[in-house]
Amino acid sequence: MLSKQDSLLNGKRDAPKARPAPLPWRNWLGVVPFFLFAFFFIALPSLTLLVGAFRDNAGKLTLQNFVGLFDPSILNAYWVTIKISLATAIGGGLLGFLMAYAVTVGKLPNSVRTSLMTFSGVASNFAGVPLAFAFIATLGRTGLVTLLLKNLLGINLYDQGFSLYSFWGLSLTYMFFQFPLMVLVITPALDGLKKDWSEAAANLGASQSLYWRKVALPILTPSILGAIILLFGNSFGAYATAYSLTGGFINLITIVIGSQIKGDIYYNPGLGYALAVGMIVVMSVMMAIYYMLRRRSERWLRK
Amino acid sequence: MRRKSFWSWVWIALGAIYFILPLYATFDFSLRAKKGVLSFLSYQNIFNDPNFWKTIEFSLVIAVFTIIASIILVVPTAYWIRLKLPQLRGMLEFISMLPFVVPAIVLVFGLIRVFSGAPFFLTNTFFGTDILLVAAYVVLALPYVFRSVDTGLASIDVVSLTEAAQSLGASWSTIMFKIIFPNLKVAILSSAFLTLATVIGEYTIASFMVGIKAFGPYMSLIGQNRTYESSSLAIISFMVTWGFMGLIQLFSRGKADSSSLSGAR
Repeated sequence: MLSKQDSLLNGKRDAPKARPAPLPWRNWLGVVPFFLFAFFFIALPSLTLLVGAFRDNAGKLTLQNFVGLFDPSILNAYWVTIKISLATAIGGGLLGFLMAYAVTVGKLPNSVRTSLMTFSGVASNFAGVPLAFAFIATLGRTGLVTLLLKNLLGINLYDQGFSLYSFWGLSLTYMFFQFPLMVLVITPALDGLKKDWSEAAANLGASQSLYWRKVALPILTPSILGAIILLFGNSFGAYATAYSLTGGFINLITIVIGSQIKGDIYYNPGLGYALAVGMIVVMSVMMAIYYMLRRRSERWLRK
Repeated sequence: MRRKSFWSWVWIALGAIYFILPLYATFDFSLRAKKGVLSFLSYQNIFNDPNFWKTIEFSLVIAVFTIIASIILVVPTAYWIRLKLPQLRGMLEFISMLPFVVPAIVLVFGLIRVFSGAPFFLTNTFFGTDILLVAAYVVLALPYVFRSVDTGLASIDVVSLTEAAQSLGASWSTIMFKIIFPNLKVAILSSAFLTLATVIGEYTIASFMVGIKAFGPYMSLIGQNRTYESSSLAIISFMVTWGFMGLIQLFSRGKADSSSLSGAR
């Protein structure tokens, strides 16, 4: 021991290290539990679905399951899901943006802002069964608004072709958690608009609308697009609200996947896997675009 | 200036109506169980239903285990990565955002396919199914648990604190329980309440794994048979969510932001 230290000190003229460096692999032990959990409960289920999607009932390699995705009723389910997701992402995005605008740029009292943020936190988490009940009590056949319109204005919504249990009804219901989500996501971006910019624009003689068209909106565009994509994904993958509102009688991708899990209608495990994989692919593309846009928007939001 | 704030009020009012009207309608409906008079009969019926208490107890217990499991899993890992393996931080963030890519309905599908057969057979026993349910909820909670813990860790100097503690002779468990956890109190409490708010009424995963043992599927069952009682359940569930979110506000002093996001359910 001594001689080794001597040789280090005298031979190489290097000071001995105060402490021996810990073995590097030891550090990696600390993260094993988390990565094991992620492997078993996220990666393994997803991989199982992926592998299953390329196999037929006998376990042989096939692409037949993906051909099944082009069945008219499945295509229709995709179409309805995309329509609802688009409608609620744009509708919810617009209302959410305007509300966030009102409490940030619009200079409403701070108390309004605080209550808006609290309520958005609640409402964006108020999805699923109770939300369906709330909308049945509002716009169902004997709902409050339905009856009000009938008794006061003589409009019978259900005679006009409206039904809570179809496209428009479901979209209105989804909006309840979509626009608060938009408020939560877009408020930080609106906060990032610096006062200097609008003042500088005003000093150069720009009107408010010119400032918005040439400065604020271009800066906000990636944030807004990113938020809308997030909203799109949020309703694309939603199951609980749609199922409890319609009892499963609406042709959405998530509902079709649900019935494949239960194994009731036209049971075909391979198709179920392919549907699930298709969903993961769509969501991955959405999230990838979201992250790209977020990176762009962060350039401007840096302090 | 006047005109600007006029429109601001218009948008806020529009959103407020969208928010309040369904809740008002639900509340109004829930009071009409007795013909001709307003009464709290439907609430009484719910509170007198032993299944209401049984399912809510079950979901509460599951939520508590979810909170404990996700904190044990995320806090030490995030701390360790900040301290020793900063190169893994991006990967940790990526994993914790995966629930955005794998919606609940797909997650439950995969979990059932993996764990109902060989070699795990978790769904053969009630205990095994409950464990699987907790694991699924830990995954659902990952995005916001990670984000709030990560923000919490960023606001303290992990390396200096650890070195100071070590030079005073503190063991790893002392560092964890006396330094890291107390410093992350706000992050842990707010993600705990968010987990409570989302897990208690969760439907998608619970309905496939445990059925009407859980509160979400119980609500759904009531909705199929009892009109007025379902409205009172919606009000109760809303007040529970509101209560937990209010507690979060209390702890984080009104800083609600996008860190409360989670994947599609």
